[in-house]
Amino acid sequence: MNNLSLVIQREYLVRVRKKSFILTTLLTPIGIALFYGIVILMVMYQGDDHVKIAVIDEGNVLQLERDSTSNILFQKETASFDILKNNLAEKGYNGIVRIPPIRDLYNSKLVLDYYADKSPSLEIKSKIENWLDKQVSAYKMEALELDSKKLSALKTKISIESKSLQEEEKDKPGSSVSSEVAAMIASVMGMLMFFVITLYGGMVMRSVMEEKMNRIVEVMISSVKPFHLMLGKIIAVGLVGLTQILIWAIFIPLILLVLTFAFGLGGDMPSNLNLPGSAGAMAEINNPETMATAQKVLMEIKAQNWGMIIPSLIIFFLGGYFMYAALFAAVGSAIGDDLGESQTLTLPIMLPVILAFYITIFIVVRSPDSSVSFWSSMFPLFSPIVMPARMVFNPPIWEVILSLVLLIISSIFLVWLSARIYRVGILLYGKKNSLKEIWKWTFYKG
Amino acid sequence: MNPILELKEVVKVYEKKRVVDNVSFGVTRGKIFGLLGPNGAGKTTIIRIITTIIGADEGAVFIDGEKLNAKHPADIGYMPEERGLYKKMKVGEHLMYLAQLKGMSSKEAKKKLTYWFEKFEIKDWWNKRIEELSKGMQQKVQFIATVVHEPKLLILDEPFSGLDPINTNLIKDEIDELHYKGISIIFSTHRMEQVEAICENIVLINQGKKVLEGSVKNIKSHYKDNLFQIHFEGALPELPSNLNIKQQQGNTIIVQLENDKDSNGLLRHFLDQNIRIQAFNEILPSLNEIFIKSVNQVSYE
Repeated sequence: MNNLSLVIQREYLVRVRKKSFILTTLLTPIGIALFYGIVILMVMYQGDDHVKIAVIDEGNVLQLERDSTSNILFQKETASFDILKNNLAEKGYNGIVRIPPIRDLYNSKLVLDYYADKSPSLEIKSKIENWLDKQVSAYKMEALELDSKKLSALKTKISIESKSLQEEEKDKPGSSVSSEVAAMIASVMGMLMFFVITLYGGMVMRSVMEEKMNRIVEVMISSVKPFHLMLGKIIAVGLVGLTQILIWAIFIPLILLVLTFAFGLGGDMPSNLNLPGSAGAMAEINNPETMATAQKVLMEIKAQNWGMIIPSLIIFFLGGYFMYAALFAAVGSAIGDDLGESQTLTLPIMLPVILAFYITIFIVVRSPDSSVSFWSSMFPLFSPIVMPARMVFNPPIWEVILSLVLLIISSIFLVWLSARIYRVGILLYGKKNSLKEIWKWTFYKG
Repeated sequence: MNPILELKEVVKVYEKKRVVDNVSFGVTRGKIFGLLGPNGAGKTTIIRIITTIIGADEGAVFIDGEKLNAKHPADIGYMPEERGLYKKMKVGEHLMYLAQLKGMSSKEAKKKLTYWFEKFEIKDWWNKRIEELSKGMQQKVQFIATVVHEPKLLILDEPFSGLDPINTNLIKDEIDELHYKGISIIFSTHRMEQVEAICENIVLINQGKKVLEGSVKNIKSHYKDNLFQIHFEGALPELPSNLNIKQQQGNTIIVQLENDKDSNGLLRHFLDQNIRIQAFNEILPSLNEIFIKSVNQVSYE
């Protein structure tokens, strides 16, 4: 047992002290921050050209003489188009817009003419259009004697909220989870499990291969039991993963928050901005609709039965990680000096991981209670990815427990099986090993 | 005194092939013992059984009279033929790690390592990474790793493979010194000239089976052909009738005596004729010849 802790200690420290670990751990949050920063800056970019536009208001649509948006000045001109056209530059105008009298108030399409030496950039064009849009609607509202309150009353946003018919489930928290939000949370969970398994499982595999190819392994197992060496490695890499995730979990939200503050206070966010992720969502905070959605997401997150989800999530996480990391270790031990064969040997492990991921994204999220979802959340090679996603949709508790029990039993079995393969594999050099041969190793006696 | 190591009818089977087939031998305490055999004979498998890396299917192994158990790896220092180190680790850290895995406390390990670092004059290596060292330097580190926990039994599998002459001598001297201190050493190789120089007792393994066992001296005299080389002055003297000249070259002849004849008789015969003998020596077969002879014998059977 003492040796196991020595192995864990070394494997952990070696990884955590690596430059590449420190870099990826620190650079990932910074990278994310940078990415969002750039996206925000790009969206906020107003264009540096200031534009002055003469508006010839033949239809008497405008209520103001002068108006401006961030970088465009609109000036009502009474002079005729022909005069204006000739001394455009002297008056400092970039272009002229003509608003003819609006004859048919019910026509929802209106094409206006814009005259300029240079055609406007897309940004300027859309800004002019937005501005004109507002002016024309205001004019139409008045002409049609509409009142803005009544108008907005017409816009009803309808969404369906599902409630269970079963009496006992009615008050259960989370039964009113709106499926979009749940689907989102579920996909995130599936994705997280997928990445943890492939990322850190792969790390275990590479490390086993390295030990074998370095020929250190025989020195090691003359003092440590192969099982302890393998287990120590798996545990240490798991701890490395936890360290990394923990650092990210602290830093990423922190950086995003700082970033949002920096930008949120500094500039006026365009209200039609729709960014994925929290920075964008924060930018939209003024928008009442976004506010409502955000609140809903928070509510849904709160409504989840976390008391049950978190412990089972941890077990799924551990079970899935141990199972797959052990399999990866077994494969790593079987790979000879020829790296080419690693592909054929890792495929049988990657296949269930990828399959489970696709099932989660394409089936579980859409129909969490379908038979495919049910069976795949029972199958131990799939369940660590599928079940956490399904749990968002409140499956019956017995299903969760059954899935957990199946997972625990099979992870113990697969770790044991992998250890048997590992023990033989690490000592065989320079030989190509087929899956059939590897299977035979499991029957070798100590 | 009981032997430091004893194997009793050890068998290991892989896929119906008996890789180690009923092998028994003992290693006398404090001696250098040669475990010999051609490549693929089963030497490494036997060593792995002794070092508890794998278990025997049948038979038993005793270390110091005690049946092999999980405590024993700490008593054994093993330098495998396929050896290596963690390239990215620092020399000092690496050796500390290996020493502690053998059950030493970190304080103890540090003390012992300092001793070895001073002895090999490599004190400034402590904070170097393994990958910065040359191959020969790495072998030194490997050797320290093998002996740092002061094992009772040292097992060296092809210790000189890949070593340059300077490092070979260095390791040879260390082996001699450890031998002098009374540590028992098993020396596994297929290179006979090294065995002749170093080992007192040997066992020869071929195709998983024990072919020969005993002291180098006894084995040699067992395999000798009663050949004598005589170097004399003057013309070829008259020889006893029962003498068979194998080879003659100038003033040197090689003769074969009959099995029960004693070499003194021959010598006396020369002396009686008043012939000046400059050299008279028995030609013993080299281990290499014995090795090839016995290995071929087995494969013809």
